[in-house]
Amino acid sequence: MQLNTITDLNMGDQGTFWLPDGASTIAPEVDSLFMFVTWVSTILFVGVVLAMLYFAIRYRRKSPGDRPQPIKESKILEISWIVVPTILVLLVFNWGFKSFVKMGVAPPNAYEIRAEAWKWNWRFTYPNGTTSQDLYVPVNQPVKMKMSSQDVIHSFFVPAFRVKKDVVPNRYSQVWFEATETGNFDVFCTEYCGTAHSDMMATVKVVSQSEFNEWLESGGGATDDMPLPELGELLYEQQGCQTCHSMDGSPKVGPTWKDLYGKPNHPMADGSTVTADEDYLKEAIVEPGAKIVEGYQNVMPASYSSLSERELAALIEFMKANSQYAEDGSGS
Amino acid sequence: MATDTTTETPAAPAQTEVDHHHEEHLSHLQHHFVSSEQQFDSAKLGMWLFLITEVLLFSGMFVAYAVFRQWHPETFSVASQTLDWHLGGLNTVVLLASSFTIALAIHYIQKGETMRSFWLQITTISLAGVFLVIKYFEYTAKFEHGVFPGAMFDPHGTAHGVDYGALASYAYAPQFFSIYFVMTGIHGFHVVVGMILIGWIASRTYRGHFNSEYYTHIELSGLYWHLVDLVWIFLFPLLYLV
Amino acid sequence: MDSATKGAEVGHEEHHDEAHDQNYLQYEPGIWNWLTTKDHKKIGIMYAVSLAVVFLVAGVLALMVRTELVSQGETIMDADTYNQVFTMHGILMVFLFLVPSIPAILGNFVLPLQIGAKDVAFPRLNLASWYVYMIGAIMTCAALYFGGVDTGWTFYTPYSSTTGGGVLWMTSAIFVSGFASIFTGLNFIVTIHKMRAPGMTWNRLPLFIWGLYATSIVQVLATPVIGITMLLLILERTLGIGIFDPALGGDPVLFQHFFWFYSHPAVYIMILPAFGIMSELIATFSRQRIFGYRAIALSSVAIAMLGFLVWGHHMFVSGQSAISSIIFSLITYLIGIPSGIKVFNWVATMYRGSIWLQTPMLYALSFLFLFTIGGFTGIMVGVLAVDVHLHDTYYVVGHFHYVMMGGSVMALLGGMHYWWPKITGRMYNETLGKIAVFLIFVGFNATFFTQLVLGAKGMPRRYYDYVERFEALHQISTYGSYILGAGLFLVLFYGLYSLFYGEKASANPWAAATLEWTNVAALPDPHNFVRTPLVTRGPYDFHLADEVFGGDGMGDGATKTLDVPEPAPAAPETAEESSKA
Repeated sequence: MQLNTITDLNMGDQGTFWLPDGASTIAPEVDSLFMFVTWVSTILFVGVVLAMLYFAIRYRRKSPGDRPQPIKESKILEISWIVVPTILVLLVFNWGFKSFVKMGVAPPNAYEIRAEAWKWNWRFTYPNGTTSQDLYVPVNQPVKMKMSSQDVIHSFFVPAFRVKKDVVPNRYSQVWFEATETGNFDVFCTEYCGTAHSDMMATVKVVSQSEFNEWLESGGGATDDMPLPELGELLYEQQGCQTCHSMDGSPKVGPTWKDLYGKPNHPMADGSTVTADEDYLKEAIVEPGAKIVEGYQNVMPASYSSLSERELAALIEFMKANSQYAEDGSGS
Repeated sequence: MATDTTTETPAAPAQTEVDHHHEEHLSHLQHHFVSSEQQFDSAKLGMWLFLITEVLLFSGMFVAYAVFRQWHPETFSVASQTLDWHLGGLNTVVLLASSFTIALAIHYIQKGETMRSFWLQITTISLAGVFLVIKYFEYTAKFEHGVFPGAMFDPHGTAHGVDYGALASYAYAPQFFSIYFVMTGIHGFHVVVGMILIGWIASRTYRGHFNSEYYTHIELSGLYWHLVDLVWIFLFPLLYLV
Repeated sequence: MDSATKGAEVGHEEHHDEAHDQNYLQYEPGIWNWLTTKDHKKIGIMYAVSLAVVFLVAGVLALMVRTELVSQGETIMDADTYNQVFTMHGILMVFLFLVPSIPAILGNFVLPLQIGAKDVAFPRLNLASWYVYMIGAIMTCAALYFGGVDTGWTFYTPYSSTTGGGVLWMTSAIFVSGFASIFTGLNFIVTIHKMRAPGMTWNRLPLFIWGLYATSIVQVLATPVIGITMLLLILERTLGIGIFDPALGGDPVLFQHFFWFYSHPAVYIMILPAFGIMSELIATFSRQRIFGYRAIALSSVAIAMLGFLVWGHHMFVSGQSAISSIIFSLITYLIGIPSGIKVFNWVATMYRGSIWLQTPMLYALSFLFLFTIGGFTGIMVGVLAVDVHLHDTYYVVGHFHYVMMGGSVMALLGGMHYWWPKITGRMYNETLGKIAVFLIFVGFNATFFTQLVLGAKGMPRRYYDYVERFEALHQISTYGSYILGAGLFLVLFYGLYSLFYGEKASANPWAAATLEWTNVAALPDPHNFVRTPLVTRGPYDFHLADEVFGGDGMGDGATKTLDVPEPAPAAPETAEESSKA
């Protein structure tokens, strides 16, 4: 709760007073436009406030009987403060409009990645079928995101790239960017989408072209020979399970996975209890609405029914590895 | 003029003698109006403003109609053919006639022929009733074949050469009927309100509350009724004839 | 002038007596008479009480939001509660407070007085407006009872078609309270057109009236659209008619178009009357004719009209076509210009005036400061390319709080202080008033300037939790909001105190020149004017307003208790003074 020191306000290496570090080709344009408007505004603002304060002091009431002479209105003055701001805003409009058009048109050589959004996660799919929960992109390469939503409106926002686009159900939306620096950057959802809206985050990992190719060829890190519990842990992050299900026992949007596997007398909303065996867990993933755990809402998306048998088994093995009930000799 | 005038007698706050101009205090004149003319003008302007809000209310729905029709022209054309334009046309004639009778009612009250105005108001209400009865038959004919607004939309069967079942193959047919039912429903609600309004006016006319000098309520109800009519004039071709 | 004086003398005597016999507060007392009153002044007060309660509740919700955000993770509530709290803060503030605020309280009270009318054109409709508003407020409570609302005040589909038990009640509440807004607007337009006193030409209308007039146009034209939008949303949830919900074949972006077609003009419903109050305050406390009267009056109407053509600037990243975005952006700038004209004209009005820094004037100066920031940040979010970065971040939150709170609420507070003596017949405590302005001003900037910075750095709005680098700024914002809250509670405190123990006010404590001060007793007559006034000069022609200078009320309004000075005891003083000289 303590207030951090004032130096932290500048965020160290995290950019200027106003803006975070830009890491895309469009960022410098947006930034200079932002700073231009800020400076022009500041100058005009200081002018207005100084004039106001000066008048308030200089012409302060001297006696209750003051009867100042009315001043004549000046046509020139009035016209000038219509014309000058008009010119300024048209200048700014023209500038902003050009950059906006540039943002809207992806270069023809752009690399295409699909993004799927749902409450409350992102899944990125690359041309070779690899999927990941964090977004991997090569540096200095235009990337076009083709985005869709499974439920409500979300919005894809990378502050460092200065790009944002709503992801609307029942239609594809597009956004493109070209990263200019390697590193990790935040992806936020900026269209309010419910309980875990603020947890709907991902990371953009900008890597060199060769690293990217390597990562992509390995299928996002090969999973075929991976032991099931490890694959489960990977899927837990990739599929976004961790947004709603904790591994430390604390309740989030959904029940925790800690000590869930094999848990006897797991209470349901309808008053019954079940044992959280493999069948139950599989049903809970594939058909989340079938049984609702007491104290929770039926909000889990049905999209996990597309997981393969191996992936389901991996998730359940992962839960098993994190459960105190696992030794009780239930199932395999 | 001296500036330090705190002790002087106050100058005159300007006032008028308007208040003494009430020659005779008319019974219908509310206290805050200066004259019946001012009262009448105010009421009329108020009514016009209210009608503007009504137009905007309906225009919201017209926009929804236009947008969906733009996106799915074929669906809208097929769906619209299932509506019976004969009944719709008949209703148009009925409403136009009712607009005419209410206009005549205003005409006669201006001439001081109170009872004639009264009977014309009753005619208007009756015509509105006819409109609603026809609308009722139209609605039930649709409901019988599962043509409901929204989620319950489940078209089936044929009747009078109209193949309702075929609608099921058009993805956006529910939208057409949602819009149809919402628009005609809200319009029908306005018709009911109009009937109650004119009924109230008619009873006051019968009791002799109005005369050739004072007939604000009848005139304003007439304006309202013309609007209800006007909305239908737009609804009919857009929904039945496209 | 001499010939008129004698007549006025008689008029004044009557006036004087009547002020003792009956003022509007004493006239027809009792709870039932209040609930059935058709007096615009009493309806204004009833609105003031209701809105004060709403503002208090919504303000406390805001403090809860800020407290939750003071540090990362869960602080005082869980995510679902937080979502409901910020949603209710937004809905209450926008639909139940800001939209009615100035027109329903001060507009109702002041408008007929300022144009020299006995009442608004349709007093019964005016009372109905309050009742409809109250029904809306009760339905809002029902929404909370039936499961709450967590959609944000914007009700974007499809989220709002699927979530929360209270959405149906809430949308119905907004549908209903829209009628209250329409009734008020309709009433004002007719009143301004038809009920002006003789001599009150359009060029002599006080600028507050012009502001209300422009507001009323927007209310009448825009509100039906939110009505039909809410109705369609209600039908969508009950019947599944599928206009907006993509799961049923509808289009969520269409909802946004509908919603903003009302909600952007609604912003002008909130700010235009505030402009009007600003003109009154600055002219009166500078005792100077307003600079560019016509420009200010007409720019209000221009803003009202242009306001209907810019709704799409809320949707630059929503997927509407680029062409629409570009057109909306261009028109948005055009609105910036009349707003700028007003600010320049207000500052110019102070030039060579006689500036009296009482509390209402301090609010006016704060308004100039804050609204200018609000305006410039508005230009910023109108810049297409920059808005892509700033959209739905705290920059937008900061921007609209600068305009809505720094603009509308500051103007409302200034106006409440200004007309307080006329409404209650008592003065508030000037020292406490000045302390409160200071607290509010400082607290406000600490709260919301940090939010501008947060937003530019990429902090999205409506976030329950945030990444670590935003924490320091969030803390400053939260502590600022406590200062702001303290200032507002101070206002509440000395306002209530003054109702019972405040010094009696005179008829014209500010030496203002509009009719409600010059031709009305300290506490107005039930029918406002004993005689309908005759208007012979502009509202801010202080150099022609002898009655202003002749009256008492030159001091703090504290020394004298009656509205009419008694010449007899005053005479020796003059003699003494002249003998000294």
